[in-house]
Amino acid sequence: MRGGRTSLAREGATLPLIAVILALIAVWYVGAVALNAPQAREQLAEGAGFRDLAAATWSMTRPVLPAPHQIAVELARSLFTHPITSPRSLVYHAWVTVSAALAGLGFALALGLLLAIGIVHVRLLDRSLMPWVIASQTVPVLAIAPMVVVVLGNLGITGLLPKAAIAGYLAFFPITVGMVKGLRAPDPLQLDLMRTYDARAMQVFSLLRFPASLGFLFPSLRIAVTLALVGAIVAELPTGAQAGLGARLLAGSYYGQTVQIWAALFMAAAMSMLGLAAVSLIETLAARRRGGRL
Amino acid sequence: MTEVALLQPVMRDDLVIPEAVVSARDVSLVFDAGGQRVTALSGVDLTIAAGAFVSLIGPSGCGKTTFLRAIADLERPSSGQLLVNGMTPAEARRRRAYGYVFQAPALYPWRNVARNVMLPLEIMGLPRAERRARAARYLGLVGLGDFARKFPWQLSGGMQQRVSIARALAFEPKLLLMDEPFGALDEITRDGLNLHLHELWRRTGMTVVFVTHSIPEAVFLSTRIVVMSARPGRVVEIIENDLPATRDLDLRETSAFLAVAHRVREALRAGHSYD
Repeated sequence: MRGGRTSLAREGATLPLIAVILALIAVWYVGAVALNAPQAREQLAEGAGFRDLAAATWSMTRPVLPAPHQIAVELARSLFTHPITSPRSLVYHAWVTVSAALAGLGFALALGLLLAIGIVHVRLLDRSLMPWVIASQTVPVLAIAPMVVVVLGNLGITGLLPKAAIAGYLAFFPITVGMVKGLRAPDPLQLDLMRTYDARAMQVFSLLRFPASLGFLFPSLRIAVTLALVGAIVAELPTGAQAGLGARLLAGSYYGQTVQIWAALFMAAAMSMLGLAAVSLIETLAARRRGGRL
Repeated sequence: MTEVALLQPVMRDDLVIPEAVVSARDVSLVFDAGGQRVTALSGVDLTIAAGAFVSLIGPSGCGKTTFLRAIADLERPSSGQLLVNGMTPAEARRRRAYGYVFQAPALYPWRNVARNVMLPLEIMGLPRAERRARAARYLGLVGLGDFARKFPWQLSGGMQQRVSIARALAFEPKLLLMDEPFGALDEITRDGLNLHLHELWRRTGMTVVFVTHSIPEAVFLSTRIVVMSARPGRVVEIIENDLPATRDLDLRETSAFLAVAHRVREALRAGHSYD
């Protein structure tokens, strides 16, 4: 029933979605002409027509705004022409960033779950910890990231761990907040019921609070996945990392390689979507064990 | 299964008193609701013998649910003595002396019907095979044998409440505490479940303490009817119901039934007279 409704909704959404994408691409091409025209005119002969101008703006090596097909070509080249272990392959860079984001996500899950359990079960922690959890997110990640990287670097910790720490720093917040709400989701009767069985605290957690929280965990996880990726990319910026999508963005901007920047951006977006799809898949599997509902 | 047969004298404080499943002596319970003290129960004296079906009836706020929750150790009396199987309610709860059926089914929506019934058995550490056998048996008993694999939301309200009854029966408690279990159901479903519950009680011989708003329900099901009044919650009258032990729905049309119902109504009115 439920599945049927969503697939119907998807069918209905396909056409508008395609229309929006086509419109965006059209606007993009127009924008590329407008933004690249001053630079392109310098290279064109006197009296060149609009056609020549458009063609020139869409095929520059260092455009202000690259045309979509340029990005597509760059993506294809950097994805498929090099072995994926080569630093020239975008797959390699994507993996460097994604592995840090995944490690950070694991760290965020553990920390978020631990904090939520503490906050839900210990009144003192609810009062004392929650304000700090919220305050942690008011500090911009761009301010925190260099400090973490430098401090950990001085301790001899480099590579994946500092990036994972920053990714985790961003991602633990939605997980903590979601799990606190989720672990508190059982209604008083469901809790009273456990009391009438003289259930131990561990049983109340594993048989009631945790299963009840899953409906809250997955939306939090969606936000956490994208934040972890953002965190991992931002963590690559301050140190001038050699590898990773952040490093590609940085290198691209140093050398004015706008096409490379955009390709890295698209790759990052694709990784984000992959992560979201993975969360959805796990959610679907979890829901299936519960008769289709979380 | 007569009540008298199960009464066994025990020695306590140099007094011979009959062994009761629930015995309340001068039980009072005061809630502290945001600095305001609310007396939910005041001086309740009540003895419930083994095998009895006792209904607590009264207007909203008369403390009938509070009294039931106190028996279950979900609330703590402020004063007086409350014993369950001769123990404090807390001890009785730790020994899993009772099954509790709430106003709402309180099923866990992520568990299917059978696994909801198995929940207490899981907590009490029964072996898997035994859990399954009992779930099948008690779901059959409430007429839901074919719905074991359904999820709660796929069932009507009445069926959900039957699942919750099966869940309370599954660990085979000798005492069943029921808090307006059929309050939210339509009349016809309610009649069916009343008949069902009556037969269940007849067959198992367990003790039932049953909270209700409904006079016909109380008269139909009970061996004793405890009439309570509100502000403060107290016992107004205890009515022995001497209708035949085996009952069917037609009984409700007889003059004997209506006479008991009339007594209950008079007692409720008397409890109300001062406000």
